[in-house]
Amino acid sequence: MSKRVLLGAAAVLLVIAAAYAAFFVAPEERTMGVLQRIFYFHVSCAWAGLTAFSVGFLGNLLYVWKRREKYDWLGVSCAEVGLVFTTIVLISGPIWAKPAWGIYWTWDARLTSTFILWLLYISYLLLRTLIEEPDRRALLSALFGIFAFIDVPIVFGAIRWWRTQHPAPVIMGGPNSGLAPGMRETFFFAVFAMHILMWFLIAERYSLEKMRGDVELLRQEADAT
Amino acid sequence: MSLLSNATALLGKELRTEFRSRELLTTTVVFILVVVVLFSFTFDPGSNESRRFAANLLWIAFLFAASLMLQPCFLREQNNDTLSALRLCVADPFAIFAAKLTANTLFLLLTELLMLPVFSILFNMPVFPVFGQLVLVLFLGSLGVSIVGTALSAISAQARMRELLLPLLLFPLLTPVVVASTYVTVGLLDVAPFMEWKGIGFLAIFDVVFLTALWLFGEYLLEE
Repeated sequence: MSKRVLLGAAAVLLVIAAAYAAFFVAPEERTMGVLQRIFYFHVSCAWAGLTAFSVGFLGNLLYVWKRREKYDWLGVSCAEVGLVFTTIVLISGPIWAKPAWGIYWTWDARLTSTFILWLLYISYLLLRTLIEEPDRRALLSALFGIFAFIDVPIVFGAIRWWRTQHPAPVIMGGPNSGLAPGMRETFFFAVFAMHILMWFLIAERYSLEKMRGDVELLRQEADAT
Repeated sequence: MSLLSNATALLGKELRTEFRSRELLTTTVVFILVVVVLFSFTFDPGSNESRRFAANLLWIAFLFAASLMLQPCFLREQNNDTLSALRLCVADPFAIFAAKLTANTLFLLLTELLMLPVFSILFNMPVFPVFGQLVLVLFLGSLGVSIVGTALSAISAQARMRELLLPLLLFPLLTPVVVASTYVTVGLLDVAPFMEWKGIGFLAIFDVVFLTALWLFGEYLLEE
């Protein structure tokens, strides 16, 4: 069996196992009840999305530095996959928020900066569709990706002055934060599963982009002869 | 200091080009006036509420105007085929950016200062008691807009649909500037005006961070 089939099968099995653990293994939360179980997907997708964007940022930096096509492929693959995970976060958040807060959306720091993050990477992908020449597209979008990634923590800092309604960080959030046993294992298992899924998706997207590059190269060679 | 002398010479060129025609400034001023009139139809300009919204409207109008003003920044060079010549004649490409972003900041600031009395009259905002502080916010905000905007207009000038693309790239990136500037301006135009130094510090940090990023990566933006 090829490596990608193995990775894909592992990703699917792990996500199913994480779903099972989230619904049947993790203990019920005291105040929110069953509603809290969406947290295992919501937060793990958020983490996977941020990991994807961080790897993409590295790809962008490496492209500007080394000018190898493969870093451009990495950058765009990570941006797309990160965007998918961020979209899941933006959808699963309101599903939780409506019963918990009584509203779907609030312009709180974390929600707003996630939204801006999402918009920034949409612009990144849009920019790529609007530049024809491959080398220029790779370079300019890598530079925009770098600016966008630098901007994200500043956006978060700026919007934090507004009243924050999002739950305080549960993981590494201070002395009184933390998860109950059973919840913690489920949570980190879900995070692990989502990262494997993310890895699989990026690998697939990367090979697709590589194929596109190869086709482009072949076409140029055919035109030249 | 070749960077400084190059940048000064280029800044002189930018200013001369603009003040010969005054196209950019005139258009922007008229544009802001149109936006202000439009605003007045979307809410009751005579109410007490308008005092609370005026500062926010001010920044939205300036931001829209800036996205228009930044369009020709690199497009003009490209249309006249002068970008390669510019790149050849300066040792450090950052000089081009430094000149352009200084010119953009000056143009923006000038427009804002022209519009401030108009806003003050139309929306009944006492701007003159806090004039000095307002100029400080306007300067730091416009500098941030110009730094990011100059960099992005170099990108958008090389793409299709550039007129639409620039605001699309620009506005999400400028969120911190909009938030901080509006925050400070709302405080200054309050019934009991106060200065939010945290916002000023924040704007200064934003400017320094993106100026550094432009200094590090600017040369790649102008590659042939």
